[in-house]
Amino acid sequence: MSEPTPKSSWRDVGARIVNGSALTSILSVVVALVVGAILIAAANAQVQTAATYLFYRPGDFFAATWNTVSSAYSALFQGAVFNIDSSYTVADFFAPLLNSVKMSVPLIFAGLALALGFRAGLFNIGGQGQIVLGGTLCAYLGFTLHLPVVVHLIVCLLGAFVGGAVWGFIPGILKAKAGANEVIVTIMLNSIATFLLGWLLTLDAFQKEGSNNPVSPAVDATARLPQLLGSVDLGFPLALAAAVGVWWLLERSTLGFRIRAVGANPDAARTAGMSVDTSYVWVMVIAGGLAGLAATSQLLSTGDQQLTSAVAGTFGVDAITVALLGRSKPLGTVLAGLLFGGLQAGGYLMQARTSTPIDVILVLQSVIVLMIAAPPLVRAIFRLPDPERRRKKAVKAALKEVAS
Amino acid sequence: MSAVALTPDVGRVLAPISWKAPIAYGALGVLSLVAFGVFTDPSLVSQVTIATGNDALGSLKFAVPTMACAVVLSAVQLLLAGLAWRMAAARHKVGVWLPIVFGVCFVSAFLLWAVAGKDNALQVTGLLSGALFLSVPLIFGAMSGCVCEHVGVINVSIEGQLLAGAFLAAVVGSATGSPWLGLIAAPIAGALVGALLALFAVRYWVDHIIVGVVLNVLVTGLTNYLFSTVLSQNKAVFGVGTQLPTWPIPVLSQIPVVGPVLFAQNALVYVMYVAVVVLQVMLYKSRWGLRMRACGEHPKAADTVGIKVNATRVRNTILGGAIAGLGGAYFTVAAGLAFGKEMSAGRGYIALAAMILGGWRPAGAVAAALLFGFADNLQNALGVVGVAIPSQFMLMAPYLVTIFAVAGLVGKVRAPAQEGTAYKG
Repeated sequence: MSEPTPKSSWRDVGARIVNGSALTSILSVVVALVVGAILIAAANAQVQTAATYLFYRPGDFFAATWNTVSSAYSALFQGAVFNIDSSYTVADFFAPLLNSVKMSVPLIFAGLALALGFRAGLFNIGGQGQIVLGGTLCAYLGFTLHLPVVVHLIVCLLGAFVGGAVWGFIPGILKAKAGANEVIVTIMLNSIATFLLGWLLTLDAFQKEGSNNPVSPAVDATARLPQLLGSVDLGFPLALAAAVGVWWLLERSTLGFRIRAVGANPDAARTAGMSVDTSYVWVMVIAGGLAGLAATSQLLSTGDQQLTSAVAGTFGVDAITVALLGRSKPLGTVLAGLLFGGLQAGGYLMQARTSTPIDVILVLQSVIVLMIAAPPLVRAIFRLPDPERRRKKAVKAALKEVAS
Repeated sequence: MSAVALTPDVGRVLAPISWKAPIAYGALGVLSLVAFGVFTDPSLVSQVTIATGNDALGSLKFAVPTMACAVVLSAVQLLLAGLAWRMAAARHKVGVWLPIVFGVCFVSAFLLWAVAGKDNALQVTGLLSGALFLSVPLIFGAMSGCVCEHVGVINVSIEGQLLAGAFLAAVVGSATGSPWLGLIAAPIAGALVGALLALFAVRYWVDHIIVGVVLNVLVTGLTNYLFSTVLSQNKAVFGVGTQLPTWPIPVLSQIPVVGPVLFAQNALVYVMYVAVVVLQVMLYKSRWGLRMRACGEHPKAADTVGIKVNATRVRNTILGGAIAGLGGAYFTVAAGLAFGKEMSAGRGYIALAAMILGGWRPAGAVAAALLFGFADNLQNALGVVGVAIPSQFMLMAPYLVTIFAVAGLVGKVRAPAQEGTAYKG
């Protein structure tokens, strides 16, 4: 995964910024914003009318386009980062940023789960099911047990981890013992988890008293994550701790070394005497647990939080893009989670203020990931030089010199 | 040399016999005997209705004794289990008919037990034709998967191709008022998604699964966005669906039971029959199929004999996208519905599972897709009769079956050797 970085001289640094992945990432965001802008403008009634007399008065068309796109994107920015319009207090100013951080928590947890799987060469599409199971167990412990403050929270968090881990264990053990393709098994388990939760919510043990809706009672106040700053609660530090934990596991532990070795080449790892099967099971258990924790961000936050069939939202799929954007590294996943959390938080404000549907955010996210995955395409769009080609040219020139 | 060849193969190493399948058959047979047969009240009867498709005969209604029938069906299952046992011991290969016959017996026993003593009859014809209809997008999706994977490209974006096809079919159908134009537009949308997949996977060597998943998100986002803006602004036009007419084929649709199920469908289903047969034959018997599989199995060898690997991959990935896009028409113009957000609802992923369960072969994939469609429809049919099993467990069944199947009952199926790898020749 990680390319060996040669010892840098100052001259290289400039070249590497131009050719490196940081620039690719930024340019990918630019491309995505352009694609989004086209969509936003195309769906706007004013722009559509102005387009009918484009050649007669092109100024109208460009003005309408500019107005539509800039108001949508400024709302997106204000919803995600700083609230410039209502800067009465410092808290108001920073509220959107804190909101974005809060929204990124489940994405970071689930993204870490997927990233861990990717590093072991496992494609775990089962984030959705693992979140559902984690959420189910977490909520059940939250509203049936009545424990003191700190203990209850810990029990619920453990419950979420265990629920997800069990659902991750199944594809892990089936892959290890029967060679079952984890992609299929996790897809199947996603659906099974959804139906299982649907059935559980019809039972008396799970249903809110006096309600026929498939909704559970609210989680006890003793199990809630304490608020830290604005809308940010303890979930975010926990997510960061999980990221550090995953980093330590992958980069510093024996198990992590095995995981990476298995991911790089399972046959070589087996030949070297590592147990590939055990690694698969461990990875899936830990990944499942992390995905399960993603459910806690919503369930254990303040407000009347109940278990519904929508407990997993679309985090399972979003997490795949988060992990891909983060290049399956813990730090990258945290940053990607923050970016996507911000896009989501901003998307809500954009939808409310400019009637641009939040669905455009999905387009932005997917275009960003596609572009980042294909640096040559980004280079072609922006006419940047290919670092590979330049190196090859240098090698060729050197060879010529030697030959002559 | 000849001495070696003449040595009797006394010391030949044989693979260990896998007893998984016979044990599973035996267990299911016993389960069927006990649960559906022995413990059923002997006085109960199950009512079953079969539409003959013949006006003179009308629909036939039977009332059969539940217990006796279930016991007979279970006995057949146990016989088959014994046969599977003997064949495994003798190292004979079990034909594909055995699991199919076994499955039919097991499901029949279950159905008779489930509807025992109910006033409403089980509509067998409706159950089967509904199952076929529900499996249409799965079959198209699985066909698309077969084409792409044999040429060496993993197509996870079936979901996106189905959704794109459904969207464009609905939009074109509603805008022109003709479902036929919608049907023509559907594969174009799918092909566009396929072209994007080819661009990123073949041209830029991006991991195929990554591209597939991201394309699904992209198509979901695009269609949701256009639904919330353009389609919602013109509800009068785009809020109304158009529907393909049902075409009963004159003589064939008169055949009892089979006729109404298979030959009283719309054009999309007939196109599907043709596509499945053509693909099954062409993939293994034609030059196109051979070249394609060469690119998926050993691209270097294919290149050496002059096949342009990447061009072949691009062409066939686009073709695969078009096939899945055509399947997307099922959701809108075939069902007569307007477009709705995320209306493919994960069917693309199930189609992918059907293809893998079917061992990357068109015929096997169709069988698996039919199984999913049947289970999907089972809860509808049993819901009408008023069976007390929670519908969630019915819905879960095909997924559980798939997990058991991929965990070893089907035996090791093999993917094309070089799928998902970039050819950088």
